[in-house]
Amino acid sequence: MEKFRANLMLCAGTGCVASGSAKVHAALRDEIKKRGLEDELKIVLTGCNGYCAEGPVMAVYPDEIFYQKLTVEDVPTLVEEHFLKGRPYQKLMFKEPEKKTAIPLMKDIPFFKHQVLRVLRNKGLIDPEKIEEYIARDGYLAAAKALTEMTSEDIIKVIKDSGVRGRGGAGFPTGMKWEFASKVKSDIKFMLCNGDEGDPGAFMDRSVMEADPHSVIEGMIIGAKAIGAHHGFIYVRAEYPLAVQRLQLAIDQATEAGLLGKNILDTGFDFVLEIYLGAGAFVCGEETALMRSIEGKRGMPRPRPPFPAVKGLWDKPSVLNNVETLAQISPIILNGAGWYRSLGTEKSAGTKVFALTGAISNVGLVEVPMGIPLRTIIYDIGGGPKKGRTFKAVQLGGPSGGCIPESLLDIPVTYEDIQATGAIVGSGGMVVMDDNTCMVGTAKFFLEFTADESCGKCVPCRVGTKILLDILTDITEGKGKESDIETLEDLARDILASSLCGLGQTAPNPILTTIKYFRDEYESHIVHKWCKAGVCRDLTTFWIDEKMCKACGACLRACPSKAIVGEKKVPHKIIQELCVNCRTCYDTCKFNSIRILPAGFEGDPYEFLGIGAAAATTGEKKGDA
Amino acid sequence: MPRLTIEDLKKIKEKHRADFTLREGGYRAKVTVHMGTCGIAAGARNVMTALMDEITKANLTDVIITTSGCAGLCAREPLATVEIMDQPPVKYCDLNDDKMRVIFKEHIMGGTPVEKYGLVVGSETTY
Repeated sequence: MEKFRANLMLCAGTGCVASGSAKVHAALRDEIKKRGLEDELKIVLTGCNGYCAEGPVMAVYPDEIFYQKLTVEDVPTLVEEHFLKGRPYQKLMFKEPEKKTAIPLMKDIPFFKHQVLRVLRNKGLIDPEKIEEYIARDGYLAAAKALTEMTSEDIIKVIKDSGVRGRGGAGFPTGMKWEFASKVKSDIKFMLCNGDEGDPGAFMDRSVMEADPHSVIEGMIIGAKAIGAHHGFIYVRAEYPLAVQRLQLAIDQATEAGLLGKNILDTGFDFVLEIYLGAGAFVCGEETALMRSIEGKRGMPRPRPPFPAVKGLWDKPSVLNNVETLAQISPIILNGAGWYRSLGTEKSAGTKVFALTGAISNVGLVEVPMGIPLRTIIYDIGGGPKKGRTFKAVQLGGPSGGCIPESLLDIPVTYEDIQATGAIVGSGGMVVMDDNTCMVGTAKFFLEFTADESCGKCVPCRVGTKILLDILTDITEGKGKESDIETLEDLARDILASSLCGLGQTAPNPILTTIKYFRDEYESHIVHKWCKAGVCRDLTTFWIDEKMCKACGACLRACPSKAIVGEKKVPHKIIQELCVNCRTCYDTCKFNSIRILPAGFEGDPYEFLGIGAAAATTGEKKGDA
Repeated sequence: MPRLTIEDLKKIKEKHRADFTLREGGYRAKVTVHMGTCGIAAGARNVMTALMDEITKANLTDVIITTSGCAGLCAREPLATVEIMDQPPVKYCDLNDDKMRVIFKEHIMGGTPVEKYGLVVGSETTY
């Protein structure tokens, strides 16, 4: 039988493969065969569905039932219940954390409900390794339209009118970029795609390349026609093996079908596309450095102008677009600029994909209209911080971005509004941090990354980031000086002003925003030698509030250095001489009885923390070291 | 795959429409075969196989089949509910594969409910 009564869309993105979807696939295939249902049910392996936190995930159509956390053991019951007997299997369905009742329909799950899919229109809906499935979803129709019915000017006009901006981070209008390159006269031009996603915690582009590789290729064909290029490269980091494999397969299929190569769709237009593997240097995401890397040289930026639209790859006019930007070109061509502008704001049109990670309930990939409040993304889609924790900050834009505090969560997500906070939209990495996060430590983490990844060409960036990092390290180790905050701010501004490329121009952002919004944490580290989050080991004393302690023994058993004493019904105590400040007891205690005090604390903790009835002393309250 | 023309793109899209109707919604008719223990014991599987066979033969892309549990009236199984867009659902009872084929022709294709096999029109009230 050719017709299937149901399609089982099993996620085979990197996240779900890691959590075992390949084994589940094998088990599902065997079980369906065993039950004689192989002619009725079609299993489709899809790219990343986005809800990685609950993987492996599978959506069943037409029922629109969403299953999560599938295991090989669950497969026989699942097949028997749902596919043989027609009773969706409650145990594996999505449950709202508070309610504990199963909500089966995808459109009812808050994580999916608030999203609008344009870039990710095919995620979880097609098999990325089959070109027919992409074509069945209007694939290559936009390329056909661009090649047969539109001139270069027509294409550029639609893209300009749509207001789409580069999704790689800088947000430069795509139509203008194409227009510049189209006006330069040259026998050879290049159309390039930036798949060198380098921000820690970001995986938007990887997902698009894995789930819908043809959408990137189609965007490039249209761009090539607009600027008059006949050769292109997709620059992907070698750490993305699945993306590389699927892109290569897609290029091979498209070439065989006459959608790439010579005389595309018999229109006389030629476009040859190749993949170039990057070695994973962060700076190679910068356009001029990326082009040097493709040329086989060391990836270092060069001054602009001349801009790549005039002198780019091998000094030929070149356009470099990000994966996410390219993936939304074909629907704009098919549906028009007005359609694209129906979502988003005047200056930030359309949708943006964010990789939601960190201390949040629903880790995953989300696509939302621009202009919605940050709070909607974090609380409604992301489900807020994990149970028992409170929100502290959200880091936007990776190492180039900044931290946004709770008080600013109601700002709309647009390029301008986010930039006004000191962060950037960037490529879309969104790392949520809760009250267990030390903001000085966070700034240090990002500076470690940028100091390491600085290519070394500009002194302010090469030496400056190292000095920033040294100062931050001193502060977290209790060697901070009162003047450090001023020095950090001063130096950060110098680096911003005097670096050549985006790396140096943004690397100090994490420091500047954490000082701006969490200055008290810097001060408490420097003045009181107190890391209130209990992350910096040298600035912490763990102490058990004996009034809260239930003497359950959990911390006592968990302590690796046997520094906790106590017995049943006797409140426990930490012997400070033995304590290594590893924080294990703090994370183990279920009664919130372990508190964090400054390093070398002496005095009355109750009075210092302002909790409970203070002991009957009226002495000095601060016990700073 | 041979080199494609723009016409071929449209043909491929048409060929895969059935799968995407399932995935995207937007179908014209939905048939629910009730496959509780009682339904299966009474032969619901043959009913469904017959229906799928008809749909395949007619090369339909806008009719979908789903299964559900026991409809509550085990005595009259196999049961199936036919819902045509914008019309109240019709429940059929005491089905076998031949009856299903008749329902397919007259109700799903023809638009007229088959009175002699029909049990009830509409659904129960739920809260």
